[in-house]
Amino acid sequence: MTIRKLTAVFASVAIGLTLAACGGDPTEGDQSASDTITVGSAQFPENEILAEIYAQALEAEGVKVEKKLNIGAREVYIKALQNGEIDLVPEYSGNLLSYFDPDTTATSPEEIDEALDHALPDDLEVFDAAAAEDKDSLNVTKEFSEKNGVTSIADLAKIDGLKVGANPEFKERSYGVPGMEKVYGIKGVKFTAISDGGGPATLKALLDGKVDVADIYSTTPSIIQNDLVTLDDPKNLIAAQNVLPLIRDDKDSDKIEDILDKVSAALTTQDLLDLNAKNQGPDKAKPADLAKEWLQSKGLI
Amino acid sequence: MSVISETVDWLTDSTNWSGDDGIPHRLLEHLGYTAETIAIAAVIAIPLGLWIGHTGRFRSVAVAVTGALRALPTLGLLTLLALYLGIGLTAPLIALVVLAIPPLLAGAYAGVEAVDPQTVDAARSMGFTEWQILTRVEIPLGLAIIVGGVRSAVLQVVATVAVAAFVGPGGLGRYLIDGQAVSDYPQMAGGSVLVVVLALALDAVFAALQAFAAKDRPAARPVGV
Repeated sequence: MTIRKLTAVFASVAIGLTLAACGGDPTEGDQSASDTITVGSAQFPENEILAEIYAQALEAEGVKVEKKLNIGAREVYIKALQNGEIDLVPEYSGNLLSYFDPDTTATSPEEIDEALDHALPDDLEVFDAAAAEDKDSLNVTKEFSEKNGVTSIADLAKIDGLKVGANPEFKERSYGVPGMEKVYGIKGVKFTAISDGGGPATLKALLDGKVDVADIYSTTPSIIQNDLVTLDDPKNLIAAQNVLPLIRDDKDSDKIEDILDKVSAALTTQDLLDLNAKNQGPDKAKPADLAKEWLQSKGLI
Repeated sequence: MSVISETVDWLTDSTNWSGDDGIPHRLLEHLGYTAETIAIAAVIAIPLGLWIGHTGRFRSVAVAVTGALRALPTLGLLTLLALYLGIGLTAPLIALVVLAIPPLLAGAYAGVEAVDPQTVDAARSMGFTEWQILTRVEIPLGLAIIVGGVRSAVLQVVATVAVAAFVGPGGLGRYLIDGQAVSDYPQMAGGSVLVVVLALALDAVFAALQAFAAKDRPAARPVGV
């Protein structure tokens, strides 16, 4: 063996070892067996409850299910879905669309539904969306609503110097102050930025009358606990965020689609509100128990 | 484009220099909140500090309490207060006053204590009343250290006033919090630069005041507050 050949052998062995050492993309993870559905969820309680609902509904029909819940933010669990670590995750239509198509202008459920068909990569698909939504929502107190005859965002145009409280990004985003003016003609809004995502400080500002309108996520228990009036949005200022199952294409079957379609058909925003209230309220009910209770109450298991 | 050049662009963009959200208005708000905080804290802490320094009473209590107050995180306190007091300026003002009290109090009692006891005794033996000793001997001689306490409080408050923006009010903190909400990093960096410049400018002013207070008073050189 000449020196040159020897060098070549050493080099190829070295390269081979190096490749072996970094073999297996660390993000690849374990793919689940072909007859098992691995259900994942984002890292917040409502999504975990929804994932439990999907998982238990599938299990009740004899599908083998594994659970990997509380994965993290969208960037993380979509990646896990694409590399097969999980197969199914409860998603929200508007945010899912803008993840794959950041420049989208679709806001109504129908527009988003159609746009999602084009925007999703080939290896992913969605089933029917539920009526249930978790999105930004504009809320007023019952008193304010009755006194000013306000039940819709459109009604706000008649109020001078409207005071709005929301997260700071509301001032810039298309669904926020600019959209209120452009879509509904609401001018001269006095905006107060409160950095708690529609949490207790925002709620208190609304109840104290420091703001007239507050942006609170539509499934936050404080909305029902305080008898707030969530304003209608007839012109779809705020993009729809219907709950829908996002699944790997290779795990899709008529049976699974049928089961999850039935779940989505039964799920309403009010249900999400109730489920979150029970989860965050004094009894701190567990997602798995809440999911079981809900599925039984709808006659799905 | 780098964040630095974008930040320079943000700082020099004329549209950022006018209106309610403009830099001059936010800067004035920031200064106003700082002045209010220092005024309220001074009314509470300086008389108390002078009394502690003059009488020597409750000194260990004052050291312990101010030490504990210094350890309170302002943002945590603000969040807690905002839940009870709601949005607006009250909650941040209280949280910031709590932040400003320890250096003001320490400056006041340390300034009085630093005066040579023999000088105080001499004044007493000449028939000065306790009030005269305090106002004519201890305060003038300890003034540099007392102003040092104010300087330290102003520096801490002006750098921390930004937290007020979490619960609604303005000030330069708006740029940090609004910028973060929409991932506008040049705006955040620009806001930070403004806070730093303002803090350094105020510190320079108080350094000059402190030097002026120390002039011709060799008996009470600042010993570090």
